[in-house]
Amino acid sequence: MTHSTKEISQDDGLNQATIETNEDNESNHNSTEHAHSPVLTLDYWFSSKFNFIRATGMVLAVTMVLLLISGVFLLMYYQPNINTAFDSVNYTIMTEVEFGWLWRHIHSVAGSVGFMILYIHMFVTIYEGHYKKGGRETLWMSGTFLLIAYSLESFSGYMLPWGQMSYWAGSVITNLFAGGSLHLDGLVQWVRGDYVMAQAYLNRFFMLHVVVVPGVIIGLLVWHFPPKYTSVKKGGSKLSAFAKNFYSKDIMLISMYLVFFFYLVFFNYGFSMETTNFEIVDGLKTPAHIYPEWYFLWSYELLRPFPIDLGLIVFGISQIIFFFVPALDRSPNAVDASRRGLFKYWFWLLLIDMIVLTFLGKLPPTGMYQVTGLIASLVFCALWMALPVITKFEKKV
Amino acid sequence: MENYSRRGFIGKAVGAVAAVGAIASLTAMKKTWDPLASTKAAGFTTLDMSIYKEGEMAVEKWRGKPIFVLKQTSEMLKTLTAKQKERIVMVGDEGFLINIGICTHLGCIPAYRSQSEDFLCPCHGGMYDHSGDVIKDPPPRGFDIPPFKIDGKKLVLGEEGPEYRKMKNNGITL
Amino acid sequence: MKTLIKTIVIILFTLLTYYLLEVSAHSILHKHVEGDNFAYADLEDMNKTGNVARGEELVMGAGACTGCHSIEVAGMSAPMDANMAAATYGVRPPDLSNAGIIFDPKFLANLIKNPAHALKVEHKFNAENGKEFPMVSFGGAGGDINQEVADMVAYLQSIATNKEAVSPKIAFEQACGRCHANRYASWTQLGERPTFKKEQDALQFQMNLLDYEDSLKGYLGKLPPDLSTMIRARSAHYVETFVENPESYIKGTPMPRVGLTKDSMEKVIEYLLDTGDAKRKEIKTVGIYTMLFLINFTALVIVWRKQLWKKYLWKDEE
Repeated sequence: MTHSTKEISQDDGLNQATIETNEDNESNHNSTEHAHSPVLTLDYWFSSKFNFIRATGMVLAVTMVLLLISGVFLLMYYQPNINTAFDSVNYTIMTEVEFGWLWRHIHSVAGSVGFMILYIHMFVTIYEGHYKKGGRETLWMSGTFLLIAYSLESFSGYMLPWGQMSYWAGSVITNLFAGGSLHLDGLVQWVRGDYVMAQAYLNRFFMLHVVVVPGVIIGLLVWHFPPKYTSVKKGGSKLSAFAKNFYSKDIMLISMYLVFFFYLVFFNYGFSMETTNFEIVDGLKTPAHIYPEWYFLWSYELLRPFPIDLGLIVFGISQIIFFFVPALDRSPNAVDASRRGLFKYWFWLLLIDMIVLTFLGKLPPTGMYQVTGLIASLVFCALWMALPVITKFEKKV
Repeated sequence: MENYSRRGFIGKAVGAVAAVGAIASLTAMKKTWDPLASTKAAGFTTLDMSIYKEGEMAVEKWRGKPIFVLKQTSEMLKTLTAKQKERIVMVGDEGFLINIGICTHLGCIPAYRSQSEDFLCPCHGGMYDHSGDVIKDPPPRGFDIPPFKIDGKKLVLGEEGPEYRKMKNNGITL
Repeated sequence: MKTLIKTIVIILFTLLTYYLLEVSAHSILHKHVEGDNFAYADLEDMNKTGNVARGEELVMGAGACTGCHSIEVAGMSAPMDANMAAATYGVRPPDLSNAGIIFDPKFLANLIKNPAHALKVEHKFNAENGKEFPMVSFGGAGGDINQEVADMVAYLQSIATNKEAVSPKIAFEQACGRCHANRYASWTQLGERPTFKKEQDALQFQMNLLDYEDSLKGYLGKLPPDLSTMIRARSAHYVETFVENPESYIKGTPMPRVGLTKDSMEKVIEYLLDTGDAKRKEIKTVGIYTMLFLINFTALVIVWRKQLWKKYLWKDEE
């Protein structure tokens, strides 16, 4: 299939219009690798080759639309009131409203799967070195901002069902603002709008979740698809027939994704709905196991093995460290990690270390798990400190 | 040519199947907008007709609207014309005014005046007699009668019984 | 090819993370308790065939059951109202009409002989701390105590409704409903919450309920949780094994062993599913149709795409 594309475009003398046709040719990899937006433009021109960045854009766009639609219907029945929030979700939406459960399942699964896509996208980008050269540093920056905004959106949404996990996760996260030994209790109260998490807290996180953060995310998404990469416009009947082929490819990709997505929505939604959150808030009883949703587990684990202040510093740095990847990577090579020196090992170590941290983040910090957690956290710090050093001595490919 | 038509067919089939999916999704969305089952169930109010006293106005609530209940005294019943009598709901041998207490002019709630045994609307001076029929403009017609069903000494508002259907067919109420 | 390898690696890492979190971590966090199939093997076997008529005499007479319990089907009403009973005993004693079908006969027999032991609440009520379980042990009416207990159980079984007539609601009310509320089913510990026309009546009911709940708190140490969403907060397996033997999860819990038969346990689970997971069947049905639709649509799109591709090649060759 790929082979044919190449041939045709060359025969037609349309090479300048087809980008990325020779991606298979490794030596030309850098010069022809570009990112595109299939989302914000109608007249676009792509290779039919599978491309992770294009696939991510497509799948993420569909996920965002699903989040938006399901969110609108949830908003029709959700009540941001500490006395009625839990039942408005678990009784009204889940039991009384026709297909209310569908919107809730779509919303929570899409939120979780969105993170999965973001993480995969991030690691593929790191692996392929796509964060450097040709103005792509800003693209990378907007991506890391997007991750932070998406985290905030997800966290604020997690507060809304007002179950035990909502409450206690909210308690732990807002307490981080006290800054450990700095004892900034006033700041914690300012964030909560109260001494404890009460009506003011629920209302403001509801506001963040449905107004401010979604707005920021949409803005960042637009920024994340710079016009430079969006489209190459060409007229002509033959080209439009050709373009149809690519639309068909997009539709195929989306429908395959929807099969996977709706399988989760109907048959495997448990991973995105923590069981403890089906218990109504009890401000005087902390659940036996408390942990955040899976996508926050690695940074949550970084908090635990260290004394409070050090833990907070490590946690704080871990939240923004990915932002600095283009600066920390001192090598000029923008190629797959497999073709680079020590970076190759660095990449796989980081990935595995973060999966280990994620796993341990869910387990109680006792005995063997605590020791392993400490080691994994130290490895995490060491890896980031080593990155500028190992990339500095990397040979140019 | 054969190949062409086959391709065209598959393209149309994709479109048709996608349309089916879109319609199914829209149906789910429409159903989400429907009133809740509990709301619909709350649309039925049962009145115990034995508790009302003759000549005393009572206001009940049905689907958020005021319902005037006025048990007619024997004198009241005597003064009514045949047409006005048709508006009266007979439970056993007792006659009741059972009306939606909203002025048919512009939706204000008229007040009952026990001395003159009539209703006066505070907004534009519309007046109704004790059978709920209009006696002074501007209201275009008498009070509307809520759907009801007589069940022994009880009255179920929201359900249509034969007495209500008769009134509706005779043009007594909308 | 390179893309394919990358895709496979991504899928493998995603599955690994999923496995670690949802399977591995889950099994470490939540210990798995296997039930005993409601055999109550630790309890004494009476090995007697009960005599219904003799049982009735004992239940109404020497057994003194009706001093505290009502038996509505036999026309015996409760000697005290629910609030007064709770103030006296901590909880309102159950009506015995359906006890013979809801509870396991072996458990019932042991319960009559030694309630604290059968209920597994000896850690709360024992000779050392001087506390006595509110239900008095049956000390025998002069004959063979095991025979007498078997007679009483036989009588309770004879008056109980048949297995088919036990609805999830009856099972829940008998097994859980005197201590646990279930607001999604309008269930309070005093029975179904009535609708009141006058607010005073509604408040009066609420006052009675709060008084009752206070008695429960005094008796159990804290108010037992509302069970509306419990089936989702735990799982059917957890609820089943917990009810069969609460001590297997929480040592020293105030929750007694309930002594249900396997059948009535299933009914209770069904009731909890109906309040906490009411749309479970609809989710499955809609899910199957949606998946069939999407899989067919995807297959059709793949064919369509192939066709379009061929069309282009064909035109090009021309």
